[in-house]
Amino acid sequence: MLKFTVRRLIQLVPILIGLSILVFIWIRALPGGGPAEALLGERATPEAVARIRELYGLDRPLWQQYLTYVESVARFDFGQSIVSRRNITTEISERFPATIELSLAAMIFAAGIGIPLGFVAAKRYLGWIDQLSVAGSLLGVAIPVFFLGLLLKYVFAVKLHWLPTVGRSDATSTALHPTGFYVLDAIITNDRVALVDAVRHLILPAIALGTIPLAIITRITRAAVLDVVNEDYVRTARAKGLGPRVVDRRHVLRNAMLPVITIIGLQTGLLLSGAILTETVFAWGGMGQWMYQAITFRDYAVLQAGILFLAIVFVLVNLLVDLSYAVLDPRIRVR
Amino acid sequence: MSIAEAEASELQLESEQLVGRWADARQRLLRNPGAVVGIVLILLFVLVAVFAPLLAPYDPTEQDLSIIRPGVYPGPSAEHWLGVDQLGRDILSRIIYGARSSLLIGVVSVGFGAAIGLTLGALAGAFGGWADTLTMRGMDMMLAIPGLLLAIGVAAAIGRSQLSVMIAIGVVNVPIFARLLRGSMLSQRESDYVLAARALGVRRGRIVLGHIVPNSIAPVIVQATLALATAIIDAAGLAYLGLGSDDPGAPEWGRMLAETQSFLQNAPHAAIFPGLAIVISCLGFYLLGEGLREAIDPKFRR
Repeated sequence: MLKFTVRRLIQLVPILIGLSILVFIWIRALPGGGPAEALLGERATPEAVARIRELYGLDRPLWQQYLTYVESVARFDFGQSIVSRRNITTEISERFPATIELSLAAMIFAAGIGIPLGFVAAKRYLGWIDQLSVAGSLLGVAIPVFFLGLLLKYVFAVKLHWLPTVGRSDATSTALHPTGFYVLDAIITNDRVALVDAVRHLILPAIALGTIPLAIITRITRAAVLDVVNEDYVRTARAKGLGPRVVDRRHVLRNAMLPVITIIGLQTGLLLSGAILTETVFAWGGMGQWMYQAITFRDYAVLQAGILFLAIVFVLVNLLVDLSYAVLDPRIRVR
Repeated sequence: MSIAEAEASELQLESEQLVGRWADARQRLLRNPGAVVGIVLILLFVLVAVFAPLLAPYDPTEQDLSIIRPGVYPGPSAEHWLGVDQLGRDILSRIIYGARSSLLIGVVSVGFGAAIGLTLGALAGAFGGWADTLTMRGMDMMLAIPGLLLAIGVAAAIGRSQLSVMIAIGVVNVPIFARLLRGSMLSQRESDYVLAARALGVRRGRIVLGHIVPNSIAPVIVQATLALATAIIDAAGLAYLGLGSDDPGAPEWGRMLAETQSFLQNAPHAAIFPGLAIVISCLGFYLLGEGLREAIDPKFRR
């Protein structure tokens, strides 16, 4: 296992180098002249441009510029936002918890419904639950996140007034946020009002964001269970007189879970970036909403930091998925 | 029988078998109700897009300010079947013209991505060695960035225009097609008929283009169909984020949703109908894609 981990970590190096080169070239390909102009925005004064050129060493050869760039990224120094004039690393540390919280809630929704639904669908193969789950999961991938978000918002917030329309907490809330994860914060500070408030704000965005993974998890679970129920070991387990529940739990589910866990991991990585649209619909103060604002105001400093950061997180989540898969299935390790 | 004759009869057999396989697939496809629904939806979508000027009751940018007041944007009526938006424009006409831009973006971006991706994949699959390693590591790098994020980056770098949306979505598709064709070719390369062709002395270029590529193309067709659905959703997403066409009046489904977001309470129809248009067109391509997958490879029938 250690050998496998080390091998996967080594494979990570060229990907991270490649990513940094891509983003480095990307900044230089941006409209507006040179990278200093792009990073400073349209109203940059010549003095500010000169300062940035000096700071990033933009008059030096490209390879030296690249090394400076990698060095500053390695120190988590992404510079300043053009719009808010704040340190980008500080903003990421404030906003990333919101995105993780939303993504986790979406995944809990997706896996919590998708796995049982896929299992039942496979057990009642071609029955009405099965047909319904197949049709539903098709619809689930065809419906854009932002449209679903708008629909949910219209029905449950605007019309029925059951849930709040935007934001992470009530405007009048005075709750403390030591960690930035509002649900966790409310539990830590033992603030029941804040907990209810945070959960109520979380429900609609989590459902909107979780629908695509829900559709995919349902499908994969169903297919995996259908594959496994015809295996010899399942027949053997039944033949030796085990009850149907024991067979389902120990032999069917446990073996069917491998592909499902992989897909949950991969989808979690995608959710972190897919949250851009959901956060925009629900004005959820995370990375996505921040990047949406950066697109609107052409804040390339924020945009490049956001893209690089989320891509690195995505790569790391995929690494964790691979490692957990190797723990669950020893056959992977020797490949 | 001379070698040339053997080769000729083998090629003939091959092509007969190929015709048989595609005819089979077509039959299976047409017997699948989901796929038929998909084909009907796509036909509808394409017809609407092509004949937009004939079908649309109004000019998509024409504003009828006499029928709107702040906070009052009439919904479906006899004059405006799907109602009007916050600027008094006919929503049905905008959706009909929006189909044009969606179809155009979808076809061009997937075509562009597939053309580059398939070329790279075929070269990597045919030559192997360092060309393969280099290409595929490059593709891995692109896959390391989530699709929407990559598209945002590319679109932001090129600037706001319909063309940049096409390029952005096309770029996202490149590594997907390259990987798919290469993988498919590698598995074909080991097959018996390639060995047979090689033993008969058929030249490498001819084996690759005449045997391996045609036999590897089935999954590519499935992927292209599914990619069209994703392209339509992604294009709408980019337009929603403000990275669509540079013409602010252009009828784009994603932009229509974004613009009406703040009028949700007064004009829900202005958001719901363009959203449904996206869902219906995507559903068409997904249904056809799934149907094709099952038709080409019956093992997938589930």
